[in-house]
Amino acid sequence: MARAPEEVAVPAWAAGPEGGPAAVRCRSLTYRFGDHVAVDAIDLEVEPGEVFGLLGPNGAGKTTTIRVVNTLLPIAAGRVSVFGIDVHRSPMAVRRLLGYVPQQLSIEAALTGRENVGWFARLFDVPRRERSARVGAALQLMGLAEAADRLAGTYSGGMVRRLELAQALVNRPALLILDEPTVGLDPIARDGVWQRVEELRRSTGMTVLLTTHYMEEADALCDRVALMHLGRIRALGTPQELKAELGEGATLEDVFRRCTGGELDQEQRGGLRAIRSTRRTASRLS
Amino acid sequence: MPSAALDAPPAASAELRAAPAYRGWARFPSRVGTFCLVELQKLRHDRTELLTRAVQPVLWLVVFGETFSRIHAIPTGHVPYLDYLAPGVIAQSGLFVAIFYGIQIIWERDAGVLTKLLVTPTPRAALILGKAFAAGVRAMAQVVVVLLVSLLLGVSLTHDPLQLLGAFAVVMMGSAFFACLSMTVAGLVLKRDRLMGIGQMITMPLFFGSNALYPVSIMPGWLRALSAVNPLSYEVDALRGLLIHQPSHLGLDFGVLALAVAVGVTAASLLVGRLSR
Repeated sequence: MARAPEEVAVPAWAAGPEGGPAAVRCRSLTYRFGDHVAVDAIDLEVEPGEVFGLLGPNGAGKTTTIRVVNTLLPIAAGRVSVFGIDVHRSPMAVRRLLGYVPQQLSIEAALTGRENVGWFARLFDVPRRERSARVGAALQLMGLAEAADRLAGTYSGGMVRRLELAQALVNRPALLILDEPTVGLDPIARDGVWQRVEELRRSTGMTVLLTTHYMEEADALCDRVALMHLGRIRALGTPQELKAELGEGATLEDVFRRCTGGELDQEQRGGLRAIRSTRRTASRLS
Repeated sequence: MPSAALDAPPAASAELRAAPAYRGWARFPSRVGTFCLVELQKLRHDRTELLTRAVQPVLWLVVFGETFSRIHAIPTGHVPYLDYLAPGVIAQSGLFVAIFYGIQIIWERDAGVLTKLLVTPTPRAALILGKAFAAGVRAMAQVVVVLLVSLLLGVSLTHDPLQLLGAFAVVMMGSAFFACLSMTVAGLVLKRDRLMGIGQMITMPLFFGSNALYPVSIMPGWLRALSAVNPLSYEVDALRGLLIHQPSHLGLDFGVLALAVAVGVTAASLLVGRLSR
């Protein structure tokens, strides 16, 4: 089967005004699970080098959005590009640019930390000459140098998450995608992860797209945030801008409450029920 | 302390264009190698598994084989029954490892590892082929144990390293096919316990409906038909040719096994996407 080399041409719609493409660009992206509209015609632009947060309650469409960006879900309607590359047309080329850490703590417990990272180094075609140095550097950067040769099954939750970050970083991704990076971690482990992400962007200028439902996390990490609710983006800006709109002393929580009309408290659609029904619809479809 | 080895390209455009333009198929050998290596690493950390899995084939050889040798119930010509049985047990131990391999992919799905694998630049068929051969690697470890036990029991096995290598290739292909079958079922049922049930259900018909324990010539017609479409029979036939120099159809056997692997990889790759949703 003859297959063309991976396309890396930047289509006109994906190119930025200055010629340089955006790190992520979504144009009227829509995603449905059956009748349920998980993502409703969103437009989104992530600039190179920024930490961008998708913020919202469970069921807001955050995870679906990033699963479209990272090529896991097919694009049904709308367009998505990563550094100017059309995600629909050239998923393989996009994957080369990505580091992805899913919501679930997911490592191979029967391998050591180093073997876990080495596995992904190979899957990302890190050249043999550089491999062990880059695996070591990624582990070092995540503070796992000493635990590297222990089985990952013996790691704590925070260490597993940092190991996953090391797996994602070994590819030197241009875009790091983190889905709820600190959900389920205790406060100390959470601080550890925040600190590493912060260090990482300071030292590498990597673009980061993350989702979270912790306002505090968005406030601490993100240059800009988009508040999502019921599949739509309700507000967009720097955490400071969003808070300033509400006046002195407002927190992102307040912003959120205003944007969602207080529904967050009532848990009408954002709760476990909505998630379950979405998942049910999704499994019926597949 | 940021390390120089990880300095990321911030806006990757330039770097991007310089990235190696791998075509789809160029990645396959490297991916298959990677999954086999990971399997070996896992095996190294869990050696008890090797021993526990070796118990069953050893029982087949020692208990079933020795007993049936004595009663001469199965016509195997001038070949001792134990010699005749050894290749069958080797193929069977590969089958038993591989037929439950889909559980691993369901486990990886439940643990979120599969989504991460699917976001690496790995074509789905390469992922499946890699996992299939990784199952082969695991089966290979059993084969070594069974070969050693056979030698201890006095089975006269080939000494030709090329034929031994050929036998390993045959087991690799056979196990790869059954692993693909297992992953295909995994893609259909999506649940670990259901896969276990189906695995149990099809293992014995595959085993008894093959020439692993007795020659095709003594089977009733309907079982012969099953054996003719059963890749395990071709695997055993090839192993008998290579290991104990029985007349066999090596060309046909390799052809059927290669075709089975190709069909299995295609089916499983088409279904693996269902596991990622």
